[in-house]
Order: sequence, then structure tokens, then C-alpha cells
Amino acid sequence: MSRPEDTLAADVHYDDVEARKYTTSSRIQNIQASMTRRALELLDLKGPSLILDVGCGSGLSGEILSSLDAEEGGPHTWIGMDVSPSMLDIALQRDVEGDLMLADIGQGVPFRAGAFDAAISISAIQWLCSAETSDTSPAGRLTRFFNGLYASLKRGGRAVCQFYPKNDQQRHMITQAAVKAGFGAGLLEDDPGTKNVKLYLVLTVGGGSIENNGGDITGVVEGMEDVDVLDARKQLKSNNTTVKKGSKAWIIKKKEQMERKGKVVKSTSKFTGRKRRIAF
Amino acid sequence: MKILSINFLSCAIKACKSSSDSFPLHAKDAELVQDEIELNPDMIINVLPRLDWAALRTTSSELGFPQLPEQPPTPFELKADETLLKDLHHLLLETQISEGKLVCGNCGHEYAIKEGIANFLLPSHLV
Repeated sequence: MSRPEDTLAADVHYDDVEARKYTTSSRIQNIQASMTRRALELLDLKGPSLILDVGCGSGLSGEILSSLDAEEGGPHTWIGMDVSPSMLDIALQRDVEGDLMLADIGQGVPFRAGAFDAAISISAIQWLCSAETSDTSPAGRLTRFFNGLYASLKRGGRAVCQFYPKNDQQRHMITQAAVKAGFGAGLLEDDPGTKNVKLYLVLTVGGGSIENNGGDITGVVEGMEDVDVLDARKQLKSNNTTVKKGSKAWIIKKKEQMERKGKVVKSTSKFTGRKRRIAF
Repeated sequence: MKILSINFLSCAIKACKSSSDSFPLHAKDAELVQDEIELNPDMIINVLPRLDWAALRTTSSELGFPQLPEQPPTPFELKADETLLKDLHHLLLETQISEGKLVCGNCGHEYAIKEGIANFLLPSHLV
């Protein structure tokens, strides 16, 4: 699948033609709507709230925020940021209810501290990983964005960012930037291993609000069906029980490591790691 | 740009982050439009403690609205007083700046508002 992020900047890619195509495609509309609903489920808002829509585009996700019924916790008021004037133009024509502003999320989030109950971002933050000029770097843009977002959310607030990482490295870079900014971060993967895999970065500001779990990020998905918790932090701990250097287990571990790197590795047999016979 | 959003926006320039004058942004040459939006009392009560009342008073007097009371109403008062609730709703959500500028009190940077959309894009040396 082609990735527009690789070739152009967001504001250049989404010109009038692309923005119209994007907004009128019923396929994209459906996908965006289902992702927004999933994100709302993760935000778990109790009442009408003030939400920041990061990369709001033509307001496809915002429309759902303002159309929620009272029993679903809505309708929410939202403020949308986007870098593409053409997308915002279409949002104006569609007469969305939220407030719009033209801003680059890689330059920070210009709101005062503690302004929002929650933030939502649908298919936007992977754009931060492509820096189009020499004076900005993806890491710098990510840091500015997450620092700004962290500050603008209230204590106990949550942010859900759905994004399409290009590879594992990019996925790692985005999550690490969020953790560095102070967020409690977790990744939720929908339909893992299929072509329709959707990745949600769930971020919490300040602990304590999630009951019983001491503010742990896994508390966000508590009570949700079909969600398996894979805790990478626990795995790290279990890896620390080191195998003895030079033992058979150690050799096999090293061979697996090399194999993952793509090196040519001799196959493991019954002779692997065995002591040589004494010659004399 | 709604008055509610202006109450949360501060200057985006890096050097202004540490200055207290960078908030609130001052409206200049503002053209206002009114929009009908359904009243949502829970929303206003939810946002009320987070509003910077002094900044809201400044903004509303700059835009030529009647003077707001000096102290913010408590959520309890607001629930009881429907006219106050409606007035706040009208000011915060229904009133929009369609054309004009937002000016930072510290560095004087002007953020243009066109068709209700504020332009917060900055040249890279200011970020």
C-alpha cells in the first residue's frame, strides 16, 4: 500500500482535490467512523466534555463527537487542529460544529495547561515522522507535540491516538516520545496480524484516576471484551533472570538473536554447546 | 473562533511560554457572527472551573459585550439561574469571531482569523 507520508508533507499532500476525495470516499468515512467510536470507547467519558481533535481534517471524527446522544455521554464540544487549509475548507463547507484552527501539531499545542478533558487523533500522528525541512527532525516534532499535548490535558485526562506506523521502528519512536513526555502509554492493537490492523496509542495523564490498578495503563481496557494484555514491562523483568554465559541455553539464545538479525547461523543439533572430548 | 477556545489559547511562540502576558490573546478588528447551538448545561458546568474568569472578562469587554460579574458563578448558582446559563452559553459557544486578529500581549505576534479559522502556523525560527 502506498504511503503518502513518505512523499509529501501533510499540508501539500492534502490539496483541494485530495481533501475532497478523502472526505467523499464512503470507504474512508466508514473506517474513520468506526475508529472514532473505538477511540471514544477507550476514552470512556462520563459526560459532555471538551475534546481536542488532533489532525481533525474535514471533521469526519469531530462530527461523531458532536452527534453523540446524552446516554452515550455526549454531545461533546471539540476544538480541531489541522495543518491542511484544504481539509479545513471542506470542514467549513460541511458546517461542522467544532471550532477549527490551522496549526502544525509538530510545532506544539498552543493551549494553556489543563484545558481539555480528552484528546483524540485519528490517522494523524504518523505524519509527524516525516520532516520535510532540514531544520526540523521527526524526534523534535514528536517531542514538541507530546509535551504540548501533555500540558494541555487536565489531570486524569486521556488521549487516544490512532495511527499507522510505517514499521516497528516508527512505532517505537512514537511510543517512546509519548512516554518521555510523561504520559502513561499503552498500545491497543485491533485485528492484529491482518491487513486491517489498527493501532491505538492510549495515553493517560496522571495516575490514580483508574481504580484498583494504581493508575496503571492496563486499567484502561479493564472490562473490555476480547482484549488480551501483553505487558512488555513484565517480559523485560523475566528476561533479567540471566542464563549462565557459555551454557547451552545461552548459546541457543545468541544463535536466535543472530538469526533475527538475518545472519547465517549453523543449525542447532545435539552437539550444540557440548564439551569437546579430552584429547589426551 | 469561539470565545471558549480563545479562553484556552495562548501564544504558540517558544519565547512567550514563560511570560504571563502571552495569555489571554487579545482580539483585534474582530467581526462577530452568531450561531444557533443547542444549549448543553452539563458541558458548561463541566468547563466552568477550568475557565480563566479574568481572561474571559477581558475578552468579552474587548468584544463589546456587557461587563461580566467580577467573581465567576459557582456551578450550583449556574444550575439554578437559567438566564445566566443562557448568557454564558451565548457568549462562549454561540459567538464566533469570523474575521480579525488575535494579538499576543507579550511579543505582539498577530494570528489572523479568516472565515472563523485562526492561523497558528509559525515560521520555523519561532518554534
